[in-house]
Amino acid sequence: MTGTPLIEVRDLRIDLDDGSSRIAAAEGISFRIDRGETFGLVGESGCGKSITALALIGLLRPPLSIGGGVIRFEGREIQRLSAARQRELRGNRIAMIFQEPMTALNPVSPVGRQIAEMFVLHKGKSWRDANRLAVEALASVRVPAPERRVKDYPHQLSGGMRQRVMIAIALACGPDLLIADEPTTALDVTVQAEIIELMRNLCAERGTAILMISHDLGLVANVCRRVAVMYAGRIVEERGSADIFRAPSHPYTQGLVDSLPRLGSRAALGRARLKEIAGVVPAITSFPDGCRFNPRCAQATEICRTVVPKTDLLEGGGLVRCHHHA
Amino acid sequence: MLSFLIRRLLQTVPTVLAVVLLVFVLFSVVPGSIVSSMSDDSDPQVELRMKKQLGLDEPLYVRFGAYIAKLATGDFGTSFRTREPVTTMIAKRAWPTLQLIFAAMAFAILIGVPLGFIAALRPGGIVDTIAMVVAVSGLSIAKFWLGLVLMHLFALKLGWLPSFGYGDGGLKYLLLPAVTLGVSPMALFARTTRAAVLEIMTADFVRTARSKGMSETRVVKWHVMRNALVIILTTIGLQFGGLMGQAVVVEKLFSWPGIGSLLVDSVLQRDIPAVQGSILVVVLAFLAINLLVDVLYGVIDPRIRYA
Repeated sequence: MTGTPLIEVRDLRIDLDDGSSRIAAAEGISFRIDRGETFGLVGESGCGKSITALALIGLLRPPLSIGGGVIRFEGREIQRLSAARQRELRGNRIAMIFQEPMTALNPVSPVGRQIAEMFVLHKGKSWRDANRLAVEALASVRVPAPERRVKDYPHQLSGGMRQRVMIAIALACGPDLLIADEPTTALDVTVQAEIIELMRNLCAERGTAILMISHDLGLVANVCRRVAVMYAGRIVEERGSADIFRAPSHPYTQGLVDSLPRLGSRAALGRARLKEIAGVVPAITSFPDGCRFNPRCAQATEICRTVVPKTDLLEGGGLVRCHHHA
Repeated sequence: MLSFLIRRLLQTVPTVLAVVLLVFVLFSVVPGSIVSSMSDDSDPQVELRMKKQLGLDEPLYVRFGAYIAKLATGDFGTSFRTREPVTTMIAKRAWPTLQLIFAAMAFAILIGVPLGFIAALRPGGIVDTIAMVVAVSGLSIAKFWLGLVLMHLFALKLGWLPSFGYGDGGLKYLLLPAVTLGVSPMALFARTTRAAVLEIMTADFVRTARSKGMSETRVVKWHVMRNALVIILTTIGLQFGGLMGQAVVVEKLFSWPGIGSLLVDSVLQRDIPAVQGSILVVVLAFLAINLLVDVLYGVIDPRIRYA
C-alpha cells in the first residue's frame, strides 16, 4: 500500500448525544481503502458499521455526530470542506447503496427521474439529456426494456429491480468509492447473488472501490479483498479475506467463522449443530470495561475485564485488538 | 376510473336519503312549526287551514315519500314563507357562499402550508416557534369573537374595510369574513404540514436524496413536497366540509347573504323545505369535494389507482 489512499479513516469517533451526555457509539475506527480496492466491514447489528459508513459520506444526523478523528478523501480532510464542497463529493465521487430498496426510493417519483437527478446535479445536464442518460444507466444494470422502465414507479418494480435502480443511481456519475450498506439483506437468496455479481462487475469495470457493509462474513469475504470485523463500536480485527477464514485471530472473528454453515461440513463433522456465539451485543449505554467482548469470550482473563487491548500488527499482515490473540 | 366515478356517485344516493329522512324526523319532534311562527293568535281553524295548505296535515311518511319523489325530478319544493321555489332561493345564495369558502380556503392554504413547511425545515427555530404559537391560537379562537375583533379593528378603528354585508360583492367586502373563516383551517394546515414534512424528512428516500449530494432545498423541492402533499390534501378535503358548517356562523356575523344564513333563518322560521334544500346542497357539495380529493390522490400518488 503506497501513495495516497482513496479514503483514509484515522481514529474516528462517533458520538451519540442522548440529551444529557455524549456516548461514543463507535471509537478508534481506522482503516484505509485504496483506489479500486474492495474492503468489507462486518459485525452484528448495532456494532456501529452503518454509522461509520454514514460518517464517511457525511450523512450522520443528530443525535449522532462525528466526535473526533479524521476522514481523508484523496488526502483532503472531508470535515474541513465547506458544505457545498462536501455535496460535490457526495453522490459524485462517493456514492452509497442502502439496505432497504423498498423505502430507499421516493415512492411518488418515476425511477428514471430519480436516476436522471444525478446527471442534473453533478454533470450539469439538462433534464432532457439526463433522462436519456438514465435509460442508458438502467440498461447498464441489466434492467430489461429500460426505455419503458424509466417511467415506472418504485412500487411497480420487484425488490431486485429496485436494488438495480439503486445501483444505477449510485454508479451514475462514476464514483471512486461505492459504499454498499447491506445491499442484499432484504432480497431473496438467488436475487442476492445476481445483485452482488452485478455490483462487483460494474465496479471492477470502472475501477470503483467498494466499501461493503454486512453482517454476513461469508458474503463480505467473497466480495472483498480485505475485511475488518467490528464489535461494539470498535474494529477488533482487520485481515485479508483468505486469512480471516483460515486463521481468525480475534475470538469474536473465530466465533463468526465457526457460526458459518459450510458445504459438506455434515459429512466431515457428522450431525453437529452449528456453533453460535453466546450472549448478545451490549447496548451502547452499557459497553463493558476493558475488551468489550470479554463477557462473551471463553478466553477472557482478568486483564480483559479492565484494560482496553491495543491494536497489534499480525505477522502475516493484518491487525487485531486482543490481549490473547493467536 | 369511469366505473369508479359511477360507483362513487351511486353511493351518494343512500347518504342523501338518510340526510333527508333525518331532517324530516328532527322537524317533527322539535317544538314549534311554521304555522305557530307566523300566526300570533292561535285560532285552531286558521292553523288547520294553514297546515292543509302547506301539506303538514299528512303523516310523516307520506310527506317524506312525496318529497323524495319530487327530489328525484330535481324539484326541492317551495318555501313555506316566501312561496318561492327552494332551488331559486339556493341559486341566489350559492355564489356568495362559494366565494366565501374558496377565499377562506385560499387564505388558509396559501398561508398555512408554506408556514408549516418553513417551520419544519428548522424545528425549534424562531419561525417554528412563532408559527406554532400562531397555529395553536388560530385553532383556539372562537370565530364569532375573532370576527368581532377584526370588525372592530379594520372597520371601526382603521376604517379600511366595510364592517359587514355583501355590498357589490367586491373583494373589500369579502376580506374580513374570509379571513375570519380561514384562520382555523390555516392553523390546522400549518400544523399538519409541519408534522407531515418532519415525518417525511426522516424517511429512507430522503437519506438517499441526501446521499446523492443534494442541498436541503433541493431535497425538499424534489422529494419531500409531493409526498407531503398527499397528507396535506386529506386535511384540506376534510376542512372543506367543516368550513361549510362553520360558514353558517361567519355568514350570520357578517350578514353575508349565503346558504349558511339562509339555513339559520329557515330553521328559526321552521321553513322545512328551505332547511331541507340548504342542508342537501351542503351535503352534496361535501360529497363532491370528497370525490374530487379521492381523484386528486390518484394524480399525486401513483400507488393509488382506481379500477
